[in-house]
Amino acid sequence: MHLHKYEKIWLTLGIASLIVFLSVVGVSAFSQNHTPAGGMETIDPKKVNETAPFDNPGVTQLDDDTYQATIVAMAFGYNAPELRVPVGKEVIFKVTSTDVVHSFTIDNTKVNMMVVPGRITTKSYTFEKPGTYLILCNEYCGTGHHMMYTEIEVYEE
Amino acid sequence: MIALQDRKLALWNIGVAYVAFLIGTLCGLLQVFIRNDALQLPAWLDYYQILTAHGVLLALIFTTFFIFGFFITGMSKSLGSFGPKVRLFSWIGFWVTLLGTVMATVMIISGQASVMYTFYAPLQASGFFYVGLALVIIGTWISSFALVGHYHVWRKKHKGQLSPLFAFMTITTIIMWIIACLGVVATVLFQYIPWAFGWTDTIDVELSRSLFWYFGHPLVYFWLLPAYMAWYLIVPKLLGVKVFSDSLARLSFVLFILFSIPVGFHHQLTEPGISNFWKFLQVVLTFMVIVPSLMTAFSMFATFEIAGRKNGGKGLFGWFTKLPWKDIRFTSIFIAMAFFIPGGAGGIINASFQLNEVVHNTLWIVGHFHITVGTPVAMTFMGITFWLIPYLTGRKFTKSMKVLGLVQIITWSIGMVLMSTAQHLLGLLGAPRRTAYSSYNDHPAALEWFDGILTNHVTMAVGGSILFVSAMILIYIVVMTMFLSPKAVETKDMVDFPLAESDMSNTPKWLENWWIWIGLAAALIALAYAIPITHMIQNAPPGSEGFKTW
Repeated sequence: MHLHKYEKIWLTLGIASLIVFLSVVGVSAFSQNHTPAGGMETIDPKKVNETAPFDNPGVTQLDDDTYQATIVAMAFGYNAPELRVPVGKEVIFKVTSTDVVHSFTIDNTKVNMMVVPGRITTKSYTFEKPGTYLILCNEYCGTGHHMMYTEIEVYEE
Repeated sequence: MIALQDRKLALWNIGVAYVAFLIGTLCGLLQVFIRNDALQLPAWLDYYQILTAHGVLLALIFTTFFIFGFFITGMSKSLGSFGPKVRLFSWIGFWVTLLGTVMATVMIISGQASVMYTFYAPLQASGFFYVGLALVIIGTWISSFALVGHYHVWRKKHKGQLSPLFAFMTITTIIMWIIACLGVVATVLFQYIPWAFGWTDTIDVELSRSLFWYFGHPLVYFWLLPAYMAWYLIVPKLLGVKVFSDSLARLSFVLFILFSIPVGFHHQLTEPGISNFWKFLQVVLTFMVIVPSLMTAFSMFATFEIAGRKNGGKGLFGWFTKLPWKDIRFTSIFIAMAFFIPGGAGGIINASFQLNEVVHNTLWIVGHFHITVGTPVAMTFMGITFWLIPYLTGRKFTKSMKVLGLVQIITWSIGMVLMSTAQHLLGLLGAPRRTAYSSYNDHPAALEWFDGILTNHVTMAVGGSILFVSAMILIYIVVMTMFLSPKAVETKDMVDFPLAESDMSNTPKWLENWWIWIGLAAALIALAYAIPITHMIQNAPPGSEGFKTW
């Protein structure tokens, strides 16, 4: 098969930059732990409110440097009383849904988690600036979708 | 000129496509005004109903019918008139697809299916909505098999020969389409329909999502490949040159069979149930599609340069000015291609493992969609429309139509630039997609998004309105060329199907051995999906009941 000389150069450069790009993404993901939200745990969507840790949603301190925030998403709001976390500490978010698919998206951060009924989504995040952050649903979930929001307060210790 | 009966078949497909286009763009216009608070809908009509109709009618129905109209014409032109069986099955396919379309649209308009065109479970629409969708797919399969049958007959008569490039590309697209649809057919038939009619109580949500996206990504290539066919085959003819390289064009198409399907997880990067390893593997496979895209870009610019130099263009870029800019058939497609440069770059961002978290489900995605499907694909189809309908009806493409065509393409471009730039920026700031606008109780963060010069509701509304005007001009052109323009009597007025010559002398025979490509595609799909899907089924949580939250 005949390839034009310039085309060979063009494709070689293209494929080489593709390899470099994917290596950067891969190294950052697997050796520096920069992976998107996920998790392999399952849950009975009908029994969310009686299954730990979702029977007691909110923020709990796990150790000196780690907090866990447990949130239940439902049409059209979040069950997460008093979301207050300190700045500079690792916060592990755990979210699930009692009805349809939602998201748990914190404005101005990289926390953007799909919330799928029957599954628990997990994402670890460390806030670097104090303030009140808007949390919203960015997956269509019904007529009240655009009203579904809450807030998280990040305070300075 | 192709056989009258084949022309009729193609015209019906194109006609339905433009009816869907008319309703779909009207829904789009309503959306920008509702978000802008300039319009209040009556109580029986809801924003999300309109949004669902907009997505289904434009992204699924307009594209599908138009593509089959284009394929039917091109296959009849390049392989000869259809036989009675091919024609019969093409009609059956058309009617089944139309029946499914009507069923799904009625369900949407009657408020029983405000579930978006992604219809994610456990939102539960009326069972007839899913039956409608299934019929749309089955109809396209029947039409596809009719075209494959036509191709098969030609191959038997021309043993040992490579088929014409148009037929080759059509068959490639159809093979990809049939493999891709297996996922959506599986979820709709075995999960949604039994569940929506109450034969099963629950549905496995994560599995349905994965099967949907197995189909949902190649769906994009089902729209794009027919546009690529115009870029590879029609553009050189308009420029008066040959296809740049026959073998390269064929190779890039078969690479799309391989790399468009096993990559659906890149739409699911931020969700649970799929481990990071499998997500990343599909990210890598996603980016393989860049190779045939680069090949296409090279061929396009090579074609432009060869044509420009032939017309006397000098210097490094002098050829650029020598392109036939006044020919709307060419200019429309050229602008469409130009939009694909930022569109493709945005796609690379979306599919990047971590960057996806920044843009996932924000208005950025909506902007991306409008400068990929809404412009490179749709505008290429518009460019094809300008000659395809007059070719099929035997009418003139009059001077006033040419001027209107130019106005239509320019307004469409301006509207898209305004609207999609605003959407991209708003998405980066964090504004979510698929929302009837709300300010989250005047939350300062939400108000800030819409504060910019470009990032405000007015820009989107102005862009959307210009797009609607452009759409109406196009509908006018369609109606004129279909029913009203004067018949072309003299040879110089007859509109041609501009199909470029393609030199096959250097094309290796193995490129048309479909079993190689289908086999490789199956192997790649098994590699990317077998283990994670098995894991998903074996470790499934209790299923979900249906919810009607609208």
